[in-house]
Amino acid sequence: MKILVCISHVPDTTSKINFTDGDTKFDTNGVQFVINPNDEFGLTRAMWFKEKQGASVHVANVGGPETEPTLRKALAIGADEAIRVNTVATDGYSVAKQLANVVKEGGYDLVIGGRESIDYNGGMVPGMIAKLTGANFVNTCIGLEVDGSTATAVREIDGGKETLKTELPLVIGGQKGLVEESDLRIPNMRGIMQARSKPLHVKEPIDAAAETQTASFEKPAPKGAVKLVDNVDELVNLLHNEAKVI
Amino acid sequence: MSVLVYAESENGKFKKIAHEAVSYAKGIADMMGTQVTAVTINAGDTSELGNYGASKVLEIANDGLSSFDAEGYADAVAHAAKNEGAEVVVLTSSADGKFMAPLVAVNLEAGYVPNVTELPSSTAPFKVKHSVYTNKAFSHTEINTATKVVGLAKNAYGVKENATSAASESFAPSINKGNVEVVSVDKATDKVTIADAEIVVSGGRGLKGPENWGLIEDLAQTLGAATACSKPVSDMGWRPHSEHVGQTGKPVASTLYIAIGISGAIQHLAGINSSKVKVVINNDPEAPFFKAADYGIVGDAFEVVPQLTEKLKAFKAQNA
Repeated sequence: MKILVCISHVPDTTSKINFTDGDTKFDTNGVQFVINPNDEFGLTRAMWFKEKQGASVHVANVGGPETEPTLRKALAIGADEAIRVNTVATDGYSVAKQLANVVKEGGYDLVIGGRESIDYNGGMVPGMIAKLTGANFVNTCIGLEVDGSTATAVREIDGGKETLKTELPLVIGGQKGLVEESDLRIPNMRGIMQARSKPLHVKEPIDAAAETQTASFEKPAPKGAVKLVDNVDELVNLLHNEAKVI
Repeated sequence: MSVLVYAESENGKFKKIAHEAVSYAKGIADMMGTQVTAVTINAGDTSELGNYGASKVLEIANDGLSSFDAEGYADAVAHAAKNEGAEVVVLTSSADGKFMAPLVAVNLEAGYVPNVTELPSSTAPFKVKHSVYTNKAFSHTEINTATKVVGLAKNAYGVKENATSAASESFAPSINKGNVEVVSVDKATDKVTIADAEIVVSGGRGLKGPENWGLIEDLAQTLGAATACSKPVSDMGWRPHSEHVGQTGKPVASTLYIAIGISGAIQHLAGINSSKVKVVINNDPEAPFFKAADYGIVGDAFEVVPQLTEKLKAFKAQNA
């Protein structure tokens, strides 16, 4: 089984979010970038397929050279090869077209993406790759088993979960639950050393214009101070008369 | 030209988010000087959609779509969009809505923007505001394609009554079903889901153990609220993962969010920030959650929560 894990290069969760150039660009100053958390759960599940079922695991992203440390980290965790499509990731649709091209050329059986990236929260790339390559698609995937060409996936739905049966080729939008938080791996020294000599292919982009473009960013208005109350009578009164939510 | 909205239903009944999505579609249609067509799949009586501004309803009745199938549902919506020559397609941010949206977008070769919080600031160019960086910022984004797909964030625009008489007609396109088959569904039917809830009551490590969750459940039941929990609580197995809210869990956009014994890590706050009113009950006055809250009580959850439940019961009885 050939697996491609799509890796989004995103600001660490605890980063301060600021914008520059008249609020048109994300301010990367002092920001630490990481593997998108939803993708990391998928990458860890891919390692399980590699170790238990002999799958080969490639990782790919769309981005400039500055995203390579994130791909190297994925290699250090255990992926075999990495592919970087050398163009700036602007909107989800164009990223999906680039990755769909990687998928077609590589002949992958299983493509694992994250439910959404924590920067743009687009949640569209895995579904679009599936549609563009004619693969089956399961979103918000919290469990995945593959037996031959048949896959059993568990999907989180509003208020519960459902179990689905489908066939490879398959694309999933994964999240926590594919593996648990405690299963996530921190690259060890041996992995980091090996990652240096693993192939990282730089691929030139295909022609895929962005369908959407950010005109400007805006930060939410600062919140007023919390109103501390001493007793529940006052709280219920405020929720009813002031906030009008009960 | 028109605005098409997919009105989501469950067991023949429209969800509140369907009313909200139709209201929003009507807002866009008014800006563009056109009308709203709603498309429904295996819904019952669709006349209520007129109350929120739909002029026309395309009713799809199809046994092959009795359980949700993203590919099939997306194909149905795309057929309806083509049938209507829709310039804008409005979807929701439910689990199903977000599952089908990218498929609809590719099918229509349309640019797609999810988590939209307001009406477009202009329709030519088509520019919408949506939340990004997990609720820490907004982006004003232009969609350049002829057809545009937008996913409306929950509880952002609100339900707006706008009485229009809706003419319904049956619509039976030939649907391209997917190859993903539902084997089983595990869903608590007697509980309010986090996705649908107006009020969410959430517990954290401060509750000390799963045996104390009766406190949370009693309060939730009194309020008709959904129960939720913080990440450590789900990681320790005190509560199921489906209740975990936060960045890697479920997003919450309720009207009222009550956090009990949750310190307020940045990952948790990211997931619940779009809730309108936040109440924090915590015995640690330094808990970071107080900075993000609207109302707070510094106190022991084991004392405060039962008092609050009793008080709310009395309040409900009085206002019933």
